[in-house]
Amino acid sequence: MLKIKTWVAALGLSAIAMSAMAAEITGAGATFPFPIYAKWAEAYKAKSGNSMNYQSIGSSGGIKQIKAKTVDFGATDAPVSFADLEKDGLVQFPAIIGGVVPVANIEGIKPGQLKLTGELLADVFAGVIPKWNDKRIADMNPGVALPDTAITVVHRADGSGTTAVFTDYLAKVNANWKSTVGAGAAVKWPAASSVGGKGNEGVAANVSRIKNSIGYVEYAYAKKNNMTHINLRNQAGQFVAPDDETFAAASASTDWAKVPGMGIYLTNAPGAKSWPITGASFILMYKDPANKANAAEVIKFFDFAFKEGKKMAVDLEYVPMPDATTDFIRKNVWNQIKAK
Amino acid sequence: MNNADELMTSHRQSVLRWQRWQDFFFEKTTLVFAMSTLVALTGIIVSLFVSSLPVLETFGLKFFYTVEWDIINSQFGGLIAIFGTVVTATIAIVIALPLSFGIAVFLTETCPMSLRRPLGTAIELLAAVPSIIYGMFGLFIFAPLFAEYVQPSLAATVGQLPVIGILFTGAFNGIGILAAGLILAMMILPFIASVMRDVFEIVPPILKESAYGIGCTTWEVVTKIVLPYTKTGVVGGVMLGLGRALGETMAVTFVIGNAHKLSPSLFSPGNSIASTLANEFGEAEPGLHYSSLFALALALFVITLVVLSLAKWMLLRAEAKKGLKT
Repeated sequence: MLKIKTWVAALGLSAIAMSAMAAEITGAGATFPFPIYAKWAEAYKAKSGNSMNYQSIGSSGGIKQIKAKTVDFGATDAPVSFADLEKDGLVQFPAIIGGVVPVANIEGIKPGQLKLTGELLADVFAGVIPKWNDKRIADMNPGVALPDTAITVVHRADGSGTTAVFTDYLAKVNANWKSTVGAGAAVKWPAASSVGGKGNEGVAANVSRIKNSIGYVEYAYAKKNNMTHINLRNQAGQFVAPDDETFAAASASTDWAKVPGMGIYLTNAPGAKSWPITGASFILMYKDPANKANAAEVIKFFDFAFKEGKKMAVDLEYVPMPDATTDFIRKNVWNQIKAK
Repeated sequence: MNNADELMTSHRQSVLRWQRWQDFFFEKTTLVFAMSTLVALTGIIVSLFVSSLPVLETFGLKFFYTVEWDIINSQFGGLIAIFGTVVTATIAIVIALPLSFGIAVFLTETCPMSLRRPLGTAIELLAAVPSIIYGMFGLFIFAPLFAEYVQPSLAATVGQLPVIGILFTGAFNGIGILAAGLILAMMILPFIASVMRDVFEIVPPILKESAYGIGCTTWEVVTKIVLPYTKTGVVGGVMLGLGRALGETMAVTFVIGNAHKLSPSLFSPGNSIASTLANEFGEAEPGLHYSSLFALALALFVITLVVLSLAKWMLLRAEAKKGLKT
């Protein structure tokens, strides 16, 4: 009996000692980058023995948590404005890039067969274009047999960074959308026939099930579920398909140094190959963090991710940050953080 | 001798004293336990009320009967969610009540002994299925079948009737108010059925046998003997089911469609209070949005309270009537 007790005590002590040795950093926020952050965390743990614990509670939650100082970093898909960053003593940098893809379920239409402009896409989501065989859609897609059926719009029911990026794009390209609906993590969806799904998987499931529906999901979900994506016309007037290349093109044409706080939506980016609904996911940290050792560890983690995590990002259908941007982050953002 | 007696008395006194203390402590401890529920209840009401104050100050009671839900422009009205909650729960009760009554009567009156145990266990197992399972089943299996077969045939039959036809019109999406009501009915059915079965079983056999003895049919025994005897328990079971239907979150979120729209058709997607809270709390910014979610929670609390009070009142009135007759 005594022996068992000693053993348990010894095990407990060694467990405490182990955890004291290995640093553990915590982050919380956006759900969109969660798969890649989890993957990076696993690789980082294997390499350094230090663990990173990320809770995907949503972008607004991430901002709330970092402001409450319960986590070492916050993550958000919708960038925080520079004024707000300065007010709270925060810095912000993009960590990963991905794309939002409009997907449809129309009988007989194959992936990439349907083409739309942002203007038309916004009118479809606004319910201004109620049927698939509307003249404006038909004119853009000669030779495609469009059914005479009502369109059901599928949107996110929960507040989401994906919605923020998507509606930011719609508001940029359609003045009517901007004035009547606006952009944000959750908006008032105006279409008469609209259905909300919880999370990307909820939207994907609804679009796959409901005939003649249209929705928007992150690229990984569209690809994984083999959904019928819609090709879009970008700012340069070219029709592009959503993939790693067009996402990368959108991020390459962005001058991060131009905007203080790096708070840029990559939507409607210039460049002939740019996918118009591209977004970055951002990390928030304090300039003068309470736990300086952990802040240093967070920087080490993202340094590792930027250097060695590129392939993992590509495998999961994300686009890693270009080297020029990561250099910029190292020199202009991380140097502001007083980490130990 | 005297000495021994004294010893006995003093011993007895000390035992008595000890027992009195024991009783005293026992009573006070259980009192504290019982009071803790009251404290929790008051705490919940107060915190709900305090958190929803900003929205009540801004919109007043208008919040509870307007439909606007625009997060970007900070316009909030809870009617759509309140309507969705009440309508889905009503559909669920309307369907589940007769079904579970039938189940309970069959199990206690006419079921062959060999079937009683497996059927009863199956119902109890159904009650133990977590609600997320019902939600997934609803979205991925029930909804497609519902859209493919049930909705078109409903629209072609009752949908053609005047007045109530409007309830069964619109796109066949498979998800919406009616689908949520049906899933809820399936969820609360085992609760009501198992409570009903339990209370039906406590009816003294002598009462039933006397009724059968004077030539009553099973139906007469059930309506004239069993139901009056078990009224309180039956109403209790129904209230338990209704309470669960009103507050059910996950299963409803999956199948209700989560659209902030008010439509006369039961086919159209809507929203309930619980599903709105589940969807929007994570991303709610502090301020009016956050506060309006608390106001919705307060509304749900009040609805549940009203339903429970109504049930109690109905029972009391029935009791009073019975008193007059005799």
